Amino acid sequence: MTEIAGLLPQLFPFEWAAHHFMQNAFLAILLVTPLFGLLSTMVVASRMAFFSDSLGHGAFTGIAIGVLLGAVSPLVSLVIFSVVFAVFITYVKNKSTASTDTIIGVFSSTAIALGLMLMSYGGGFNKFSTYLIGDILSVTPEDLSALAVIFLLVFAAWGVLFNRLLVLSVNASFARSRGIRAFWVESAFAALLAVVVSISIQWVGILIINALLVLPAAAARNVAQDVKQYHLISVCTALFSGIVGLLLAYYCNMAAGATIVVVAAGVFFVTLFFGRRR
Amino acid sequence: MFRTILHHRASSCEDCAKLCCTKIDDFTVRIGRLTIFEHVHLHVHCGQLTALIGPNGAGKSTLLKAILGEVPHAGTLHYVDAKGKHTGHPVIGYVPQYLRFDVSAPTSVEDLFMACLSRRPVWLFPAGKLRARIRRGLARVRAEHLIDRRLGALSGGELQRVLLALALDPMPDLLLLDEPVSGVDQNGLELFYEIVAELREKEDMAIILISHDLNMVAKHADQVVLLNKRVICSGTPAEVFADRRTKHIFGVLAGETADEAAAEIPRAAAARREEGDA
Repeated sequence: MTEIAGLLPQLFPFEWAAHHFMQNAFLAILLVTPLFGLLSTMVVASRMAFFSDSLGHGAFTGIAIGVLLGAVSPLVSLVIFSVVFAVFITYVKNKSTASTDTIIGVFSSTAIALGLMLMSYGGGFNKFSTYLIGDILSVTPEDLSALAVIFLLVFAAWGVLFNRLLVLSVNASFARSRGIRAFWVESAFAALLAVVVSISIQWVGILIINALLVLPAAAARNVAQDVKQYHLISVCTALFSGIVGLLLAYYCNMAAGATIVVVAAGVFFVTLFFGRRR
Repeated sequence: MFRTILHHRASSCEDCAKLCCTKIDDFTVRIGRLTIFEHVHLHVHCGQLTALIGPNGAGKSTLLKAILGEVPHAGTLHYVDAKGKHTGHPVIGYVPQYLRFDVSAPTSVEDLFMACLSRRPVWLFPAGKLRARIRRGLARVRAEHLIDRRLGALSGGELQRVLLALALDPMPDLLLLDEPVSGVDQNGLELFYEIVAELREKEDMAIILISHDLNMVAKHADQVVLLNKRVICSGTPAEVFADRRTKHIFGVLAGETADEAAAEIPRAAAARREEGDA
């Protein structure tokens, strides 16, 4: 990863590529945004925007527990908590007769309140504020290696999971008649989402992470005709917004995560306008 | 390669001697304290169409979901194939009620077939050899021209035919139709029933159909079962429609429909005889 980062100044003879933090951030964008592009296709298709939003809220509790325990890093505690949280919501959603919206709303608000309560314990709330906004420029070379592994894992998992998710998004009973067990497939998807969200939250920030799970696919839906186009456009939108957003943020001295989301929203409105014509 | 339902354990079924049949033995479904239906016995022969009728909330859809294995239930399902062997598990095809798709859903008919028939992720691999098989399947329901259409752009009748084609690949032993044409226009409805009647003639499969359209039931069904929390009465269409309990449950207005439906029976039989002569 360090070698690849070293190549960047030669590839891009611009001022930004000379800084190590920008090299790392650039590579992190290349690794993370395609994952958001992929996952967002099914978040939007299965109407899970509210669910993915609650994962970000659940992160409050995950981080707070990690910091309070002290023994493990906040990130490890966050990933474990988010996966358990996501699978648990899926389980309760399948067992209960209450509507999905209500269940997610209950869990989401509980997690956010519990997180804030724990964070305010001892009065040291400020040390958590970086998680709210996120800082993509804080990516280290070690982070990049870990990201590369996650990148490969998520792509592999998406290869195994996608067909089943697609059938499931049509109708649960129909999926069952094709031998698909809804709970396991939904849980695997929820866990995958939880991992990607909790890993990226330190760079993107809790407040806007859900936008990255909704906007790329929402933009792609305006123009795509089939699943292949849908994926291609969604991944490209995420990648494009990531790169343009990072550079804009660098030159204008703004928060990178927010700028990326604004660019993605711009792409959405452009596709909305052009998509109307079909 | 094709994963089918492996949930029911077939065991001995003496009175099915040498005829392929499905026997539903003492099915009961309870959700919490609420009994959806109890002690349902059904005996379905291959090459026959069994119509399930009953008021809303009678448990018709839940019965199909119990047969699919989606809803936990008491009771057993036996399946015996034409050679009198207990093949273990029937291959079940299922067509859900008319689904409203998001008009912008970027899934084509081919995508959905691929997701059901293949393990290769739809978003990465082209259909290749599968395309010919998908065409053959669609031709069976007169929907060959729809292969590249988006699901959201299909009319109600077209969508249900596509879902029927999916339920027929791999060819099922037992085909479950859950009000497949409610909300579909008259032309689409007639075409759908025409195809189902053809299937019953040509393919040796048992069909269970839920329908509120008593005229269509009288025209096409070999056996009618009136369900309302339990089996109220069952037999040939003539027997069931003449039963005063049927008239009682469907009320005076529907009682007339039932009379009309009963009047339809000799006509349908005559038509069938003519077809046979020709």
